[in-house]
Amino acid sequence: MKLQKSEGRYAAALISPALIVVFGIIVAPILATLVYSVVNNNMLSSQYGQFMGLHFYIKALTSGDFWPDLGRTLYYTIFSTVIETFGGLLIALLLNEKFPGVKFLRGIIIIPWAIPTVVNGSLWKLIFNGEYGVLNAILTKLHLFATYQSWLGDPKTAMNVVIAADAWKMTPLAVIFFLAALQGFDRATYEAAMVDGASVFRRFFSLTLPNLKPTILIIVVMRTVEKFKAFDIFYLMTRGGPADATKTLMYDTYLEAFTNLNYSDAATYAYLIALIVALLTLLYVNIMKRGDEE
Amino acid sequence: MKKLAKTLSCGLLAALMVLSIAGCGSKASTTGSTSAAASASGEEVTLNALFMKQAGYSEDDVNAMTADFMAANPGIKVNVTFVAYEELEPKILTSAQSGGYDVVLGDCIWPAQFAKAGLVLDVTDRMADLDTSDIYEGALDSTKYEGRYYGIPWLNDVKYMFCNTAMLAQAGINTVPTTWDELVADAKILKDQGIVEYPIAACYAQAECLICDYTCISGAFGGSFVDADNNPTLNSPENVAALDFMYQTVADGLTNPKSLEMIEDDVLSTFTAGNAAFALNWTYMNASMNDEAASSVAGQAVIAPIPGTDKAVSATVNGGMPLMITAGSKHPDEAWAYMSFLASKDTQSKYCADALPIWKSLYSDPAVIAAGGEDVVNASNTQYQYIVNRPQVAYYNELSTEMQTELQNVLLGKTTAQAALDGLQAQAEELAKG
Repeated sequence: MKLQKSEGRYAAALISPALIVVFGIIVAPILATLVYSVVNNNMLSSQYGQFMGLHFYIKALTSGDFWPDLGRTLYYTIFSTVIETFGGLLIALLLNEKFPGVKFLRGIIIIPWAIPTVVNGSLWKLIFNGEYGVLNAILTKLHLFATYQSWLGDPKTAMNVVIAADAWKMTPLAVIFFLAALQGFDRATYEAAMVDGASVFRRFFSLTLPNLKPTILIIVVMRTVEKFKAFDIFYLMTRGGPADATKTLMYDTYLEAFTNLNYSDAATYAYLIALIVALLTLLYVNIMKRGDEE
Repeated sequence: MKKLAKTLSCGLLAALMVLSIAGCGSKASTTGSTSAAASASGEEVTLNALFMKQAGYSEDDVNAMTADFMAANPGIKVNVTFVAYEELEPKILTSAQSGGYDVVLGDCIWPAQFAKAGLVLDVTDRMADLDTSDIYEGALDSTKYEGRYYGIPWLNDVKYMFCNTAMLAQAGINTVPTTWDELVADAKILKDQGIVEYPIAACYAQAECLICDYTCISGAFGGSFVDADNNPTLNSPENVAALDFMYQTVADGLTNPKSLEMIEDDVLSTFTAGNAAFALNWTYMNASMNDEAASSVAGQAVIAPIPGTDKAVSATVNGGMPLMITAGSKHPDEAWAYMSFLASKDTQSKYCADALPIWKSLYSDPAVIAAGGEDVVNASNTQYQYIVNRPQVAYYNELSTEMQTELQNVLLGKTTAQAALDGLQAQAEELAKG
């Protein structure tokens, strides 16, 4: 049905404030950043203002920083997403059962997620502190370690410590998603399976897991995107150290923009991160679609 | 429709990634429009000023100084904002060209970069109003870039050595070390006698504090990061020797190995818990370590000049913070009036309990000595003669980021001091080309 001219104008008038807002806060910055990545906006550069074409993209991809940064970002993304997804699933399965105190547990499980990242990062930095951290106190009291360990000062452990801190905060989000999905399952199907003699593992792998597939994919997509953009927890806990062991792509983007004033390099990094995230999202969406078709 | 939704979702993702970068403005002129003082025409002028929350002058002090200024200048109203140190630089970068703040407090390592980027005004001509010969040279130099001034030094600070003399006395040592060799010898005695496991606590985290400590030690070894013409000299034998020395104290267990995760507050906590005999830190540590409520070493430790070697009596790093006028300020005259009032001798002598003045002549003023504390004023009087500035070059912040990583690699034993500094020298030469 075709809209009358006056109706079209009315519709345009109604939608225009939203369009202006969307353009102002989303489209304009995206375009400005794109311009930054091809026109030299490095504030200290002698070539400031010059059109550079793909120079900054080539520079980023051939620099000694980009690929190690990407490797660390992927390590953080993969491990924390896996821990949060599996941990979230196990806790949700537990909380889906009926036992005394389950409602209380379901209520408090959300608390870590509700804590701001700033508080979470500071909290875990104190817990893992090599000189007076409570984790060291517990481990030495239990005689698991003879001396206090420098968790955040050792390149081998620093990234894992950040992953642990992030997993503690974000696993509850996965729990909520899984619990919501589990609560919606038809109990009659499970009862029928039990009557047929299906074991608990059989019921999990044949009934629960296939039904949870969309939820798992949503969590994995959401968390992957978030992990790739993670900055605050690294800034609070390690500042990319020790010896760059926790320097991720996003942290390097921050350094380029706000420490080095290399806005073009930062914009290029931002576009490359966005590109990688978009590719990963497309991959997940395709996997999800293929699953639906099957 | 599905395709459209997919495209839109990818677009939104991209938007989220790039939003943080967009909006960082473009270069502006630094000449500064010296607008006629609006206040002189009777019209009220409002200035916005940005300060730091922690360390140095308290918020109450800054508010009181500002009230004093407004009382003396009825045509000027000043709105004061306090943020954490970490927020200062992003706030300045995102507002300097629009003039969101007229007067900003910045770290002493920023004026060169801000000047080159056109974010702050050249105040060289205005500085003629001040008796600059009475300002400590090290503090004054930190506001200079290519021979021009871009701010007034205001919050004065350098690093000192803090020494637990009670621990030394327990080991039969009755003097505070004045050379790094003496300090290492004392540290070995303390460790061997089991008085303290790790005698030295240092800020060696991947942060600017690592460069501050290295500046002190390199200076004591006769090194510097740039020569008189600001050409990089990072791999000089003196700098290599200083970095080797730092590594060796970590390898020998004299410096706490957890120093690699420590910033200034961690050093303070370790020292005040009685887990270190020596530490380098800013002035604020003196009050904290003598606070009986928070420190287990109150009254047992002293503040003293940082040790030297046969190449230099002592060397400390400038940690002062200058006041600057942003390039976008609509009222540079009033902004200058405000900041020169804050940095004046009268104001600095009145509020010197938390931050010592930039003026040499005030250090013999009994009122300043009483308010600042005799121990701090005496240590400062000596220490200020040996101030080393980190390089006043526009690319310093980028260089510092690279240095932090490489210095940590050396301290972790992953590379040698010579190799790390050779690499940094090459990078610095590249950065210097612009």
